[in-house]
Amino acid sequence: MQTKETIVCRCEDITLEEIKSLIDQGYRTIDEIKRVIRAGMGPCQGRTCRMLIAQELAKYYGIPVGEVLMPTFRPTVRPVKLGTFAGGE
Amino acid sequence: MKKSANVVIIGGGITGCATAYELAVRGVKDIVVIEKQYLSSGATGRCGAGVRQQWGTETNAILARDSVKRFEGMNEELEYDRDIEFKQGGYLMVSYTQNEWNQYKKNVAIQHSLGIPTKMITPQEALEIVPHLNIKGLIGATFCQSDGHANPFHVVDAYYKAASRLGVKFETYTSVTGITREKGKVTSVQTSKGDIAASMVINACGYAAGTICKMVGFELPLYPQRHQALVTEPVEPCQGPMVISLHHRLYCQQTPHGSFIMGVGDPNEPKDFNINSSWEFLEDVARQATTVLPLLKNLRVVRQWSGLYDMSPDANPILDEVPDAKGMWVAAGFSGHGFMVAPQTAVLLAQKILGQNCFMPIERFGLERFSGGELLLESAVV
Ligand code: FES
Repeated sequence: MQTKETIVCRCEDITLEEIKSLIDQGYRTIDEIKRVIRAGMGPCQGRTCRMLIAQELAKYYGIPVGEVLMPTFRPTVRPVKLGTFAGGE
Repeated sequence: MKKSANVVIIGGGITGCATAYELAVRGVKDIVVIEKQYLSSGATGRCGAGVRQQWGTETNAILARDSVKRFEGMNEELEYDRDIEFKQGGYLMVSYTQNEWNQYKKNVAIQHSLGIPTKMITPQEALEIVPHLNIKGLIGATFCQSDGHANPFHVVDAYYKAASRLGVKFETYTSVTGITREKGKVTSVQTSKGDIAASMVINACGYAAGTICKMVGFELPLYPQRHQALVTEPVEPCQGPMVISLHHRLYCQQTPHGSFIMGVGDPNEPKDFNINSSWEFLEDVARQATTVLPLLKNLRVVRQWSGLYDMSPDANPILDEVPDAKGMWVAAGFSGHGFMVAPQTAVLLAQKILGQNCFMPIERFGLERFSGGELLLESAVV
C-alpha cells in the first residue's frame, strides 16, 4: 500500500504515512495522535478515521483492535448552529 | 522504570513539562516526569489556549508579560520540529457596565506600570478591530495587541522533546499511589510501576494536586471547578483578537485553523470533579456569544468538551514547599490561567529550587497568604 498517498483522515487530510510516523515516535493512543495532528477533529469527528487509526495501533502493538483505547465520545452528534442553541431559530 | 531520581515531577501538563525542561537546562540530572495518562491529557489540553497580559494583579501580569516573550521565541529556543502556533492577534476586553469599566481602568494602570502596552479604546475603535462586535450598551474596551494564543498540545510536545533531549525521562500511563516521608522530608514516591527514591518531588497535577498533598498529610486550599468549551467548524479568518466579556462570563477566539473556540464560566458550578459536557452549557454559551458577537449564530458547533480549573482562594497560583514535607513543592492553583504563565512559573520554580536569584519574589505565591497573609485577589478571571 502507498502510505504517502493513502489518506486516513479525509476531513483533515492526513496520510497513513503521517500516522505511522507518529506511532513510530511513541504516540500510543488515538487521543495522542489526534492532539498532535488533528486526525479525528474534523467535521465528522473521527467517525471515518478512528477505526483506521485504531487498526494501525493494534498492528504496531500486536493487540486486538478492541483493546486500543477509544477517544472520549464528545457531543455534538451532528454539527448544529449556535443560533439554534441560543433559541433564535 | 528508574529506581531513584534527583527530582520526580508529578503531572505531564504544561507546568510539569516546562519545569522539567527548566531544571534540566540548568544542569539537573536524573529527572522523571510521572503522568497518569498521556501528556497534556488534563487541564492543559482542555484549556482555552489564550495568552494574555491584561491582568488585575501585578503577580499574574508579570508572569504573563514575561511568558509572552518566551512564547515569541519558543520554536527556536526549544528547537521544535513543528510549530507552537503562537499568534498575537491581541485580546479585546469589552465592558458593558460602569463597575466593570472602573475595574478595567485600575487594571490598565497596573499593566502600564509594568510596561504592558494595553490601550483603552472607545466602542467605535473596538468595532474597527472586531467588525461583528455588538456595541449596543458597550462603554469601552481595552486592547493589547501582543496578547494572543498558542497550541497547548504543541507547546507541551515542544517542552517534552526538548527535555527528553536533555535526558529527562517521561513515564506516561503511570499513577502515583503514595509518597513516603522520613523526619519531615520526602524520601520516595510509590507508583503503579514501582517505587522511585527521590528527595525532591514537584506536585504539578492541577486539580489533583490536593490529592497528592493529602499523601503527606497536607490539606491544600484548592478546589476543582468544571469549565466547558466548544469549537465550531472552521470558516474564513474574520476575528483577529480573543474577545472577553467578563460581564457575560464569555471568552471567544478564532484559531489559526479557522474554527471558533469559546467558553463561559458558570457562577453556579459546584465544587466537584465532574467533567461531563452539559446541554445547559450549550444554551448558555450560545446565548452569551450571540449577544456579544451576533454574527456567530450561523456557525455550527462540532465538538464540546470540559476540563477542571484548579481554583485557589484568590485565583493566583501556589508555588511553595509543603510544610512538614521538605522537598515537596507545589505548583498548582492556576485557576484557569496556568497555560499562559507556565513558561515563567517554571523558571521561577527552577530558580528557587536551585537556590538561584529569582526574577520575581516567589514568596508572593506562598501558602502563608492563606493563613493571615495578604491575598492577591484577581478580578479578571473568566
Ligand atoms: S475523517 Fe478524520 S475527522 Fe473526519
